[in-house]
Amino acid sequence: MNIEEIKHLAQLSSLEVDSEQIQQLSTELENILQLVGQLQSVDTTNVEPLCHPISLMTELNQPFRPDLVTEMNDRENNLKPAPASFEGLFLVPKVIE
Amino acid sequence: MNWHEHSLKSLSQALLKKEVSSVELSQYFLNRMVQYQGMNAYLDVDHDLTLSQAKLADQRIAKGQAGPLTGIPVAHKDVFVTKFWKSTAASKMLSHYVSPFDATVVANLGVDGAGMVCLGKTNMDEFAMGSSNENSAFGPVLNPWGRSFVPGGSSGGSAAAVAAGLAPIATGTDTGGSIRQPAAFCGITGLKPTYGTVSRFGMIAYASSLDQAGPMGKSAEDCGLLLNAIAGHDPKDSTSLERDKENYLQHIGGNWLEGAAKPLQGLRIGVPKEFFTQGLQEEVRQALESALDTYQRLGATCVSVSLPQTSLSIPVYYVLAPAEASSNLSRYDGVRYGYRATEYKDLAQMYQRSRSEGFGAEVKRRILIGTYVLSQGYYDAYYLQAQKIRRIIAQDFQKAFLDCDVLIGPVAPNTAWKIGEKSNDPLEMYLEDIFTLSINLAGLPAMSIPCGQSTENLPIGLQMIGNYFAEARMLQIADHFQRETDFHLQAPTLDTVEVVK
Repeated sequence: MNIEEIKHLAQLSSLEVDSEQIQQLSTELENILQLVGQLQSVDTTNVEPLCHPISLMTELNQPFRPDLVTEMNDRENNLKPAPASFEGLFLVPKVIE
Repeated sequence: MNWHEHSLKSLSQALLKKEVSSVELSQYFLNRMVQYQGMNAYLDVDHDLTLSQAKLADQRIAKGQAGPLTGIPVAHKDVFVTKFWKSTAASKMLSHYVSPFDATVVANLGVDGAGMVCLGKTNMDEFAMGSSNENSAFGPVLNPWGRSFVPGGSSGGSAAAVAAGLAPIATGTDTGGSIRQPAAFCGITGLKPTYGTVSRFGMIAYASSLDQAGPMGKSAEDCGLLLNAIAGHDPKDSTSLERDKENYLQHIGGNWLEGAAKPLQGLRIGVPKEFFTQGLQEEVRQALESALDTYQRLGATCVSVSLPQTSLSIPVYYVLAPAEASSNLSRYDGVRYGYRATEYKDLAQMYQRSRSEGFGAEVKRRILIGTYVLSQGYYDAYYLQAQKIRRIIAQDFQKAFLDCDVLIGPVAPNTAWKIGEKSNDPLEMYLEDIFTLSINLAGLPAMSIPCGQSTENLPIGLQMIGNYFAEARMLQIADHFQRETDFHLQAPTLDTVEVVK
């Protein structure tokens, strides 16, 4: 994985990569990809992907619930952990000039 | 009194007989936690909060409204959110986070539920990603059996706390072995239930199709008691299964076959040959073989079975878990909660810097790998292919269960390793998860039970894997072993870990 690929991947992941660490990161990611590359050796023709173990236990994969409002409006408590808030709203840096 | 040596049943009896109050019992454990805080098993601890819960438990006991767990202290892995204690998942990202609500597991056990008393939050690998507890942003937990050894991970704080008598029992979570492996490394009993048995609501998400919470305690019976209180359908978790309430202790002490001459007569134990390969530490192999002898003495028969894709569970897991993690951890953006960087020029850079400064190295590696395997051009080759092999792995277990009732093998190839020994090479650590990952991929229940000590005086764990919803039977089988052996009663000598943080 070259430097440009890692930078692109970091951007997709919303992460910043230190230019000093990029070489080491490249080696580590290469090693992991080499490990997961073993998957290519298995013949999976006619095998359906398994997204979730629940489908092996019960027919009911996606249960329905009544379409009712159950959550309390708890604006004050939900805003408490926010790094910045103002008049009941989350604050972020200016997006539109 | 040495309250930390008592079973939950014995603690409950002492509370009901007024031999001790919940306040006294809680204070006893809080004192031990201070005495051995150098072990770094706990993160947030608040004595006043704990004692106020204990007072409420005492009132409930006095009114005659106590259940089997009321007044008994419990430690929660820091991956469960709590209203009063900080919930950090051992990450700098959440180092000051206090949740507006309790996780369902915490609520079920707490003041309005079973009436247990929270002792605090236990240390872990950051966001439950790791097998040694070295990935905690707040320093590693030391193994009570030898302070230079890792306690395992990711539920290392919970395992160390129970092993050292800093909690009678604890909660943990298991995505690829995070209950079973630390339980094995610290010589305690741990149970990962069938996927969907325990609610994931309020459990800080790592890989949602694999994550499952369970008990970590001193015995199978203690684990069953806690499971009784945390299992059950929760409408707040769409993957929580709707099943009739079950008493997981219903078979404890009973024979496998009613009226048989030996307790486990009729039980067929499958021994997966892929779990006994060259990579297995010799002492681990010997302990396992001797445990199987014990089971045969109890009447069980052993059959050799095959789980041919065992070694592929590592690459399958390290595609699927990071893929799910990269999606789950996208919520940490420095806006609604968590860490926000101090310097940035715009919104995009605020996201990037907050995440880069807030997450540790292993978490970032897994996010990058997860993003990679989900990205256009690689999705089919990695993510979809891994999901297909996931099905093959799950089917292999069903084939094995045609010939046996449970599977028994090692939890991990080795006993605990030295702190720092494997932390420079993430891959080397991934390979240590070889015997635990496939169980999560299939969603099966599995336990870790102490079955020996190495020459270095480190515990060895036996893994029992059951078919879906076999927990009550597995606890019965584990309990019979613990009636016959005393490995689960061994306790570390603690003067070796009295170092101050």
